[in-house]
Amino acid sequence: MVPIQYLLGLSAVLFTIGAMGVLIRRNAIIIFMSIELMLNAGNLAFITYARSHQSMDGQIFVFFVMAVAAAEVAVGLGLIVAIFRSKKSIDVDQMNVLGG
Amino acid sequence: MLLSEVVSSGPQFFYLVPLVVVFPLIGLLVNLVFGGRMSEKAIGIVGSVAVGLSFLVSVLLAFSLIDPHQGETVTILPWITIADLNINWSFNVDTLSVTMMLVVSGVGALIHIYSIGYMHDDVRFQGDPSRYQRFFVFMNLFIVMMMILVSADNYMMLFVGWEGVGLCSYLLIGFWYDKGKDGIGNAVAGRKAFITNRIGDFGFILAAFIMFWVFGTFEFNAVFEQAPEVAAVFPAAIAAITLLMVVGVTGKSAQIPLFVWLPDAMAGPTPVSALIHAATMVTAGVYLIVRSAPLFSLVPDVQYFVAILGAATAFFAATIAVAQFDIKKVLAYSTISQLGFMVSAAGMGAFVAAEFHLVTHAFFKALLFLSAGSTILGLEHAHHHLEHDAHLDEKAKEELHNFDPQDMRIMGGMNKRMKITFWVFLIGALALAGIPPMAGFWSKDEILADLAQPNPIAFWLLIAAAFLTAFYMGRQVLMVWFGKSRSLPAGAAHESPAVITVPLILLAALSVLGGIINLPTLHTFTHWLEESLGHMHAVEFAFWIAALTTISSITAILLAWYLYYRRYQKLQELPAADRPDDPLRPVLGPVFTLLENKYWVDEIYWTVFLNPFVSLAHFLADTVDWRFWHDWFHDKVITAGYNALSGLLAVQIDLGIIDGAANKIAEWVTTAAAKWRRIETGYVRNYALSIFVGVVLILGFLVLWR
Repeated sequence: MVPIQYLLGLSAVLFTIGAMGVLIRRNAIIIFMSIELMLNAGNLAFITYARSHQSMDGQIFVFFVMAVAAAEVAVGLGLIVAIFRSKKSIDVDQMNVLGG
Repeated sequence: MLLSEVVSSGPQFFYLVPLVVVFPLIGLLVNLVFGGRMSEKAIGIVGSVAVGLSFLVSVLLAFSLIDPHQGETVTILPWITIADLNINWSFNVDTLSVTMMLVVSGVGALIHIYSIGYMHDDVRFQGDPSRYQRFFVFMNLFIVMMMILVSADNYMMLFVGWEGVGLCSYLLIGFWYDKGKDGIGNAVAGRKAFITNRIGDFGFILAAFIMFWVFGTFEFNAVFEQAPEVAAVFPAAIAAITLLMVVGVTGKSAQIPLFVWLPDAMAGPTPVSALIHAATMVTAGVYLIVRSAPLFSLVPDVQYFVAILGAATAFFAATIAVAQFDIKKVLAYSTISQLGFMVSAAGMGAFVAAEFHLVTHAFFKALLFLSAGSTILGLEHAHHHLEHDAHLDEKAKEELHNFDPQDMRIMGGMNKRMKITFWVFLIGALALAGIPPMAGFWSKDEILADLAQPNPIAFWLLIAAAFLTAFYMGRQVLMVWFGKSRSLPAGAAHESPAVITVPLILLAALSVLGGIINLPTLHTFTHWLEESLGHMHAVEFAFWIAALTTISSITAILLAWYLYYRRYQKLQELPAADRPDDPLRPVLGPVFTLLENKYWVDEIYWTVFLNPFVSLAHFLADTVDWRFWHDWFHDKVITAGYNALSGLLAVQIDLGIIDGAANKIAEWVTTAAAKWRRIETGYVRNYALSIFVGVVLILGFLVLWR
């Protein structure tokens, strides 16, 4: 069996990559992908602990997260399409009209 | 059915008793509502018939009481019901109240008839015929109130009548309220009567309070039943009640010290003086004492005091009457004096004698006032005709201009010109002087006989008063009717019409015959009243008293004849400048001036009571109220304090603290917002970074510190 530290380490690496992607990249689609990456890093951590504790709770959680992520993708992509229609761009730095 | 059958079969008419009040009330309402569209004659007839019907009911009640004398109480309505206090509108029919009803409605009806003629002329001389209606409304209202007073079966209902007659007295004294001295003299006289009576009423009210406190009821019978028990344990209460009642009596019946209003009350029209201020209302005080006989009988000390008070008033007023020149003022002081006789008798327990004198006095004093009114009217008529006579010289016009139809000094020699009025006046004067066999002789004699033993002081005061009474009546008769006419109108006066003279003749007949209701040895009236008052000891006719009073009266009349017939005639021949206006003036000297000015009682009251009171009122109004409360307290303290407080609230609190706080907070918010807005860049990634940093910090805190 793969030691738990490895799995958690992978999860942490994936999460860090996702977080960096959200902070650094300006393309909305890429940011979106990075968010998915972070969600799945979380899923991996759930699965890891569920397995180590011999409990189904974490696995159930993962299903929920995946379902909510799917819904989120649908809404998020709709938003991005709408933004593109008005701005002719999906660069998030162009969308700063709320700035004080 | 014959009258004798009615009497013997003894029908009971007691249920009719409310009608004695209702009939005058109807008359008053008819005259009040429709009087404006009725002729003078119709108004007068309605008023007179209303009182006449009331008299008829009183007669029926009297018949019901003949056999047996037992009366009844007729209750119509509950009036006041508070806890255990129950006061009803209920009429007490007994021999005493029916006697009063007969006098009030009988004399009242005659005076109403007289007024039809008298007021017809009076309203024209005074220049306002529209007040004819008002006069009869007031007169009927007076009869209503007087009937309530005498027929009440409790002290509260009696008090309603007591106040009601006071109101009518006030209204009728000030009937010509725009006439008199300075155009307000009559109004001032009315006010004086009202206020003086209020002082007396105050005593009555206090008596009623104590009565309720002690007895818990106002009903005559209930109070009188409990009175002996209360007197045994708490005699001071009975003494207080009776003494305070006497305060009320001194006001209403014009006794010392509250008699001052009655002479001024002569400002009212003459029928008012006759009805209210001689025959009926002023006797209400005597009635109150007689009605409260069971209470007074329990406190001999109070009785003694009341007897002396009445006798002193009788003597005091009689001395003043000797030196008055106004024909009605003489009669007014005579009334005070005669009321003194009654109060003295009632005080000493001679209740029957007091009531007897009340009845006969109502006859002859009403007669005297009404015939004086007829005299005044005759003079005014003559004056009126003379004024329109073009042939008079300047001196005569001057005399007519200063004409006062009530001044006895300008009368004289009128016995040939107004024969009927002269004869009835003479009869009234003889009855008042107590010459047998007139009514006044019997009643006065009974009072004196009752007082001779128990109270010699009062007895001799009253003998002296009786002497003076005969003297001043002799003086009045001789000054008004005999000798030569002392002015043009007196020589031209004419007799009054029949509507005036017929009531006078009827009253004259009553003044002659009134004595037969209680002749010595028969004691009809004593037995009649015994049913109401309890057993009365009838004092037998004392020949020496009758002889004494008759001789003293005749002496007084002879003295008056000498002074006012013989001396007065001689004085007339002197030149006007050094001619005294009264033959008694040179004899008595300063004493006459003292009497003429009524012992300056009014002036003394002004100095002792009224001026300090007025000064106090001025002080309270000007200094305390205006200067202190208004100028200082109101302007300085309240206004200034309010201004300071509102200034403080407006400037310091509102502008400073409340507005300041709001403005300061807004300023801080603006300043802070200007600084903090910089972090709101609008870049999504900045927000995401801050979220990350926040999450890291929270997690770090949770991991490292917990």
